[in-house]
Amino acid sequence: MSGFTTQELFAIFAMQGFSGLSLFCVFLLMALGLAIIFGQMGVINMAHGEFMTLGAYLTYLVSVQAATLGEWALDAYFPVAIAVAFLGAFMLGYLVERFMIRHLYQRPLDTLLATWGLGLILQQLFRSIFGPREKTVTMPDWLLGSYSATDMIDIPLNGLFILAITILLSVALLVLLYRSRWGTKVRATTQNRTMANAAGINTDRVDRLTFALGCGTAGVAGAAFTTIASTGPTSGGQYIVDTFLVVVFGGAASLFGTIVSAFGIAQSQSILSFFWSGSMAKVFTLLTVVVILMFRPQGLFASKVRR
Amino acid sequence: MLHTRDIRVSYGMSEVIHGLSFGVGNNETLAIMGRNGMGKTTLFKALIGILPASGTIQFGTEEIIRRQPFERVKRGLAYVPQGRLVFGTLSVEENISAGLEATGRRSVPTDIYDLFPVLHDMRRRKAGNLSGGQQQQLAIARALATDPKVLLLDEPTEGIQPSIIKDLARTLNEIKRIRKISIVVSEQVLSFASDIADRMIVLDKGHIAFETAGDEIDAARISRHLTV
Ligand SMILES: Nc1ncnc2c1ncn2[C@@H]1O[C@H](COP(=O)(O)OP(=O)(O)OP(=O)(O)O)[C@@H](O)[C@H]1O
Ligand SMILES: [Mg+2]
Repeated sequence: MSGFTTQELFAIFAMQGFSGLSLFCVFLLMALGLAIIFGQMGVINMAHGEFMTLGAYLTYLVSVQAATLGEWALDAYFPVAIAVAFLGAFMLGYLVERFMIRHLYQRPLDTLLATWGLGLILQQLFRSIFGPREKTVTMPDWLLGSYSATDMIDIPLNGLFILAITILLSVALLVLLYRSRWGTKVRATTQNRTMANAAGINTDRVDRLTFALGCGTAGVAGAAFTTIASTGPTSGGQYIVDTFLVVVFGGAASLFGTIVSAFGIAQSQSILSFFWSGSMAKVFTLLTVVVILMFRPQGLFASKVRR
Repeated sequence: MLHTRDIRVSYGMSEVIHGLSFGVGNNETLAIMGRNGMGKTTLFKALIGILPASGTIQFGTEEIIRRQPFERVKRGLAYVPQGRLVFGTLSVEENISAGLEATGRRSVPTDIYDLFPVLHDMRRRKAGNLSGGQQQQLAIARALATDPKVLLLDEPTEGIQPSIIKDLARTLNEIKRIRKISIVVSEQVLSFASDIADRMIVLDKGHIAFETAGDEIDAARISRHLTV
């Protein structure tokens, strides 16, 4: 890292830090969905990335539609796109649980294979419908600029916007899980499905909605993704390993852990990739995570309660 | 209120409950006595629907043997499992509200906290950090929140010291009086069972050894079955 002045280094850290924030947002939204589903049902959803891709394509479709309506629509479409991305992924998730996952509970390996297969099918569907070329979403003008904090530090507005969306959605999820009656049902089912059912909770329905909610969150991650890159059939699939890493590192039972771990992994990848190549940054991050997990197999945060 | 005919429960190929027929009437307490491994827990799990069983289980006028546990709870059957199984990472209040799900009620009925004042004091605590006896109270409170007509209690005295067992008997009699419900309880402690039961069934290796009621409860004969 020699050859940089302290001031330059600071600017690099700040700017890479901010571009890392966009990555953090995608990681976090992906990981929250995956963690909720895994925590609730013990299902590892290998097709999670494709739900993100679906969200990204839906955002693209909404933007295309908006472009035909005129300038005002292009300025305003993004919130609509987020809602559409969420709903689309939510509904697909609901159907997938209803017709596939439900029949595979208690069979983790089969679920793994089945969701992996589903991911491939979805990728092929995307390829057939949207073509192999990547699609770029037209950004509203107000998202294109950047905010110059100092002479050397430029913070892209779209990053700030996505950060705001991510914070909103995460808070909404946390409130839903920890402050609502529905959340009580979800957490009771997560803890002990048999007992929750015997206490009067319709656990099948809780499962279905939880799975759909996790998928919907991935859809929003897809909408966020369109602001930092263009969308291809395999865009979401590329994030799945990183997302697993975030969930495992954070401690699968702790949403707070997921947030911290998404932040740590996104930032270290982003900042290190400025100095080294991107893949070296990945290797280094992975190694660090593996070493930490050797000492804390339960992840960074585990719930402090007698079992 | 709850009547079974010829129910059989198996783990894989080995049958553990061999065709039991019994019933519990309105506002009656039935104790099912039996040593370790005689099949009490297995029977209770079949009654609530956690384990599949053959035969018939009539609840009120309805046959419920094909129903899922939560559907049975909705109809008025409640279950306090052996070992409590409270939701450890949920607060005390959340544990109780998990039971409210079956009723559509929004807030915890006041008589529950009247019965268990400790739970009111600790309602924001994580249930996993309560003592064994407090968890037992919580498991009963969670079951009562479902507004049951029949309460199933699987060995409620397990791991509870003798003086507290007396309190528990008093509480259960109180619950039966104010809620006008029937109770089915499995037990090994004869003194506790005598304090609450109107009728007793002695279980031996998945068969009913004999049944006694009211004043005729023959302590000596039951004790013989409870000790080896
Ligand atoms: N999951 C299981 N698989 C196979 N056999 C089981 C299983 N659970 C219990 N059993 C057997 O079924 C029989 C009855 O067990 P159960 O737990 O119903 O007894 P119990 O009367 O509740 O005993 P305790 O007083 O110790 O709780 C025992 O012989 C036990 O070994
Ligand atoms: Mg038992």
